[in-house]
Amino acid sequence: MDEQALAIPSVPAARAPSGYYTDAWRRLRRNRWAVLGMAVVGVFAVLAAGAPLLNLPDPITQDLNGRLLSPSRLHWLGTDDLGRDLLSRIIYGGRTSLTVGIVSVSIALAIGTLLGLVGGYYSGWAESVTMRLMDVMLAFPATLLAIFIVGIRGPGLNNAMLAIGVINIPIFARIVRGSVLRARQEDYVEAARALGASQVRIIGRHILPNTLAPVIVQTTLGVGSAVLEAAGLSFLGLGAQAPTPEWGAMLTNTREYLRDAPWAATFPGIAILLTVVGCNLLGDGLRDALDPRLRQ
Amino acid sequence: MGWYVGRRLIEILPVFFGVLLVVFAISHLTPGDPVLIALGEHATPAAVEKVRAELQLNDPLPVQFVKYLGRVLQGDLGRSIQNSERVTVLLAKRFPATIELTLGAMLIASVVGVLTGVVAATRQHSWFDGLSMFVALFGFSMPIFWLGIMLILLFAWYLGWFPISGRLDYTLELTRVTNLYLLDSILSGNWAALGNALRHLVLPAVTLSSVPLAIIARMTRSSLLEVLRQDYVRTARAKGVAEQRVVSRHALKNAFIPVVTVIGLNVGSLLGGAILTETIFAWPGVGRLVVDSIFARDYPIVQGAVLVIAILFVLINLLVDLSYAYLDPRIRYG
Repeated sequence: MDEQALAIPSVPAARAPSGYYTDAWRRLRRNRWAVLGMAVVGVFAVLAAGAPLLNLPDPITQDLNGRLLSPSRLHWLGTDDLGRDLLSRIIYGGRTSLTVGIVSVSIALAIGTLLGLVGGYYSGWAESVTMRLMDVMLAFPATLLAIFIVGIRGPGLNNAMLAIGVINIPIFARIVRGSVLRARQEDYVEAARALGASQVRIIGRHILPNTLAPVIVQTTLGVGSAVLEAAGLSFLGLGAQAPTPEWGAMLTNTREYLRDAPWAATFPGIAILLTVVGCNLLGDGLRDALDPRLRQ
Repeated sequence: MGWYVGRRLIEILPVFFGVLLVVFAISHLTPGDPVLIALGEHATPAAVEKVRAELQLNDPLPVQFVKYLGRVLQGDLGRSIQNSERVTVLLAKRFPATIELTLGAMLIASVVGVLTGVVAATRQHSWFDGLSMFVALFGFSMPIFWLGIMLILLFAWYLGWFPISGRLDYTLELTRVTNLYLLDSILSGNWAALGNALRHLVLPAVTLSSVPLAIIARMTRSSLLEVLRQDYVRTARAKGVAEQRVVSRHALKNAFIPVVTVIGLNVGSLLGGAILTETIFAWPGVGRLVVDSIFARDYPIVQGAVLVIAILFVLINLLVDLSYAYLDPRIRYG
């Protein structure tokens, strides 16, 4: 009996006390779809980062004698209309596409979070001006606004990243503002205020950490949609410019030789699709993991 | 309801103003001199000055904005730099093609999306539910321009079922009244043109419908599942009402409220997505006009088209809000 009584408290003691993010990580690992998404994104990210180490054919050098070759042992995914190895261009293209996705979401994340914090924490004209501006930006179809910005600023990757960043700012601003509005009412914020904490400290130490969960989810989903938007802009000739390998740009002229070389149009599209699906699966999984109430 | 409509109409005016302000501001983000960029480096100083005066670029920015506002309110969106044609006239020529494409895509997305969502919800955890939601996940992750290319490859090149591009075969005559080819062929009783225009519309419309279809299917499923868990549905079942009737009479109307919102919001987004679709299928709509004008550096056209599409987007969102209030009285009395 004594032995049993001693054994019972030892069970919880065996497991280290877990925090919010440890629990979320555990829930995420149990979600098969999220793990699959993480794996897909991880594979593309590792390939993109390690591309120079893979001993691939140069993705830019043309070989006009080897135009539109079908997939073979020499060229696993075939070649394009200028004889460039498609596998190499897809892997190097991943560097461009993922960079655009990450940079543009970072722009949106930084500015959107700042505006959301201002809009949520301060009431009055600062909130009104910020949130009305966000409403107006949301009054434009996102793709159209991105095309408009790049169209006016001039085609190119930098302007494409800027445009995609800009169209995503209102999304982050609204998410952060919503979280801040909720957090502002919480007792711990009231307590910090009563203890004389400065506004910067209250925002930085107490409110910002509580807005992180939805922001993490939106960042993941945002990278996927930014990759998609960037590919769209490049497809139209407004994003990456030749000869830079980029998934969307690789599809631009494929319609002309679609019948002769369908692989040239197929594989870059699959790369975009898999990356975006991966980001969406991971984003959905993170949402479930970070806020289990939403799982239903 | 009338009071609610009035309030929403007043609320929308600042949004219109904001849209105009954003379009004007972005139009002035051009690096360098927009006139030199548009006319090219070899343009004569006289030509540059003429266009500068026409575009009223010599005034201070606030004055330019007030003048721009005044012109837009009078329905003047300026003239094309390339051929001096009025932007409103150019847009009026191209809009019917975009409207036809957008409505076609929305019809496909709404019908197929709602049906898929309803069947998936009523057969939750079945193979159909799993498969349709898996396909939906791919649907909204897919680059639509790639889907368009794949559809051309399969249905136009390999199977030969549909044409690759355009709205109508050049060999066919059609009396154009509205420039909506489907409507014009019906009005003129030209059934050959109707069939041909429909065949031209299928692939672009299916391409453009892919994202909203996926979203509508997922939204219908989750919304209907939510409603099917409500007490009044359980009561109806307990009273012995047949399951089909429980779904059609008790659950669907309430489940439709968020679905209508999603459908409405996607009509607006389609106007953006149409730019890519029109490029793939050489569809002569506003989207292609925008892209062609960007490369021709014909900024008045780009600016005008973006403004008109954004205003349409706002108006569609307003209609969605109003339909939402019609379906759910708590909103208009709230």
